[in-house]
Amino acid sequence: MIETHALRKTFGKVVAVDEVSFVARDGQITGLLGPNGAGKTSTLRMLYTLLKPDSGSMAIDGIDPQSDPLAIKRRLGVVPDSRGLYDRLTARENIAYYGQLHGMKKRAIESRTREMAELLDMNEFIERKTEGFSQGQRVKVAIARALIHDPQTVLLDEPSNGLDVMTTRALRKFLHHLRDQGRCVVLSTHIMQEVAALCDRIVIISHGRIAADGTAEELLQRSGEPSLEDAFVKLIGTDEGLLA
Amino acid sequence: MMPIFRKEVLENLRDRRVLINTLIIGPLVGPLIFAAIMTFMFQQTIDRAEAELELPVAGIEHAPNLIGFLERQGVVIKEAPEDPETAVRQEEEEIVLRIPEGFAESWDDGRPARVEILADMSQRYAGTTRSRVQNLLQAYNQQIGHVRLQLRGVSPDITEPVMIRTLDLSTPESRGGMLLAFLPYVVFLSVFIGAMHMAIDTTAGERERKSLEPLLINPLPRWQIMAGKLLATTAFALATLALGLVAFTWSMRLLPSEQMDMALNLDFFIALKTFVLVLPVALLAAGLLTILSAFAKSFREAQSYMGLVMFVPMIPSFWIFINPTRTEEWMTFIPLLSQSVLILEMVRGETPNLLWMGYSFATTLAVALVLAVIAGGLYNRPGLIFGKG
Repeated sequence: MIETHALRKTFGKVVAVDEVSFVARDGQITGLLGPNGAGKTSTLRMLYTLLKPDSGSMAIDGIDPQSDPLAIKRRLGVVPDSRGLYDRLTARENIAYYGQLHGMKKRAIESRTREMAELLDMNEFIERKTEGFSQGQRVKVAIARALIHDPQTVLLDEPSNGLDVMTTRALRKFLHHLRDQGRCVVLSTHIMQEVAALCDRIVIISHGRIAADGTAEELLQRSGEPSLEDAFVKLIGTDEGLLA
Repeated sequence: MMPIFRKEVLENLRDRRVLINTLIIGPLVGPLIFAAIMTFMFQQTIDRAEAELELPVAGIEHAPNLIGFLERQGVVIKEAPEDPETAVRQEEEEIVLRIPEGFAESWDDGRPARVEILADMSQRYAGTTRSRVQNLLQAYNQQIGHVRLQLRGVSPDITEPVMIRTLDLSTPESRGGMLLAFLPYVVFLSVFIGAMHMAIDTTAGERERKSLEPLLINPLPRWQIMAGKLLATTAFALATLALGLVAFTWSMRLLPSEQMDMALNLDFFIALKTFVLVLPVALLAAGLLTILSAFAKSFREAQSYMGLVMFVPMIPSFWIFINPTRTEEWMTFIPLLSQSVLILEMVRGETPNLLWMGYSFATTLAVALVLAVIAGGLYNRPGLIFGKG
C-alpha cells in the first residue's frame, strides 16, 4: 500500500508536484491520470527514491522511501518511462541481470523468468539480443525485468506508450493478473481510455495538484458529465495536453 | 557489485568495435609504430656512419694538400654549388666546406689558415656529417702541426700539456635504455586507451541509452554500482596494458640492436615488473575517465572530453625529455612520473630501489582511490541521473 501526504517538489521556480496526497491500496490498480507535464513522473520518481521531495511525507507498506531507500527498492517493481534495455544483451540476459542485482540465486532467476515469459508471451524472442526489438517487445522485457524479484508493489510510468492494440490488450490482462494476486499496482498515463478500462481508482493530477480522486463512477457523478472524457476535462478545467 | 562488473564486461566483449579498438588496435599500434620508427632511425644512423662521405668543397684550388689528405681518407670531393649558403639553407646540400681565397697566403705566412664548414645545425641529420668532417680536419690540423714542430726540433708533445680522454662507461643496456625512453608513454597510452571506451560506455553510454534510471532503482547502494563499473573499466585497461607490453617486448626483438652495439633490456620479466608497477595507474585512469564521462550526456560528448585527457600520459615523458636528471626520491611519490622514472631505470639494466617502487605503488593507488571515491559519489546527484547535469 502506498500513502502520500502533501508531497511537494520544485525544480528551481517550477513547482512540479504540489501538495499531492493519495492512497493506493493492495489488490487495486490505481491510475495517475493527467496531461503531459502534470507531475506524474516526478511523483513516481519520489516514490522510487530517485527524487527527494521538498516537503510532505510518503510511505510504502509503512516504510518511508527517504529513510530506507534500499528496503523500498526491494519491495518495488518499477517500469520507468525510459525502458533502457541493453541492446547487446539478450532479453533473458537483461532480465537475469536485474535478478542478480536483487541478489537472487541463479535457479530462482531461471524459474521466475520462465514464469514471466509465459505470462507475457515472450518465449519467441527471449533468447534474442534486444537490438531491433519492437516497442511492445521492449515493454515486455522491461516489465519482466522489473518484476523479476516478485515485488508486492508495482509502479509503471506510461506503460502503454507506443504499444499497438494487441500488446496493449495483453498488458491490461497482465496488470489485472497482478491485481488479482493482491498486489498494489500504480500506473501513470495521459490516456483516458486506459484508466477507464483498467483502473479501480483514478487520481487526476493537473499542474502538480490533485484535481480529483475516486472510482470512475464517483468521478462521473461528481462532475455531472455523461462520459469520462468530459468529466476529465471538467475536473482539470482544460483539455490542454490531453490529445498528445 | 560483481553482477555489474560481469555484465559490463560481457556487454562490451560482444561489441566488435570495442574489441578491435581496445584490445587489438590500442595495444598494438603504439609498439608497432615505435618499432617502425626505431628500425628506420637505426638504419639511418648505421647508413650515415658507414656511407662514404661526399663533401662539396668551395675553393678546391686554394688548398690542394688538404684536398689530397681528405681524398686519402676516403672522402669523395666534389665541386660546391655556386652559392653554398643558399644550397645549405635550402637543404640541397647537407654540408659544404669552404676554403677562402686567402688560405694559401695565411698558410705560407704560418698563420692559422681559415676553412669554414657550412651547415644548418637545426637540422638533426647535420650532426653526424659535420662531426665526421670536423674530425678529419682536426686530424689534418694535428698532423701538419706536428710536422711543423718537428722541423723546428720541438717535440709535438709540448703542445699537449693535458691529455683528455673520455672513457664511455655506458653499457649496451644503458644505451638501449635511451632508446626505450618512450616506453613509459606507450605503456600509459595503452592503459588510457583501454580504459577510455569502457569509461564512456558504462556512464555516458548508460545515460544515452536511458538505462541509468532503471538501473538505479535496483536495491544496491549507488557507490557499489559505480564500483562495479570502475572495476570493469580497470579490467579492460589492464588487459590492454598486458597485451601492449607483450607486443612491445616482442617488437623490440625485431630491431637490429646488436648492430648499434645496444641491448634492449626489455624481456618478459621486466615487462611483468612493469605491469605490476603500472597496476594502480589502471585504476587511476579508470577513475579519471569515468568521472569525466559521467558528466557527459552522450557518447560523443564524452569522447570530446577524452581528447584533452590523452595529454595526461604524455606529461611525465615530456618532463623527463626536457629535464633529464637522475631519479630522486621525491619523484617516486608522483603518480605517472614515478612509474616513468622507475621503468626507465629497469630498461637501463638497473635494479630500482624496492622502497621507491613501494612509494610509487602506494601514492598512485591512494590518488586512484580518491578518484574512485569521487566517482562513487557521482550518482547521488539527481542532475546526473536525469540528464540535467
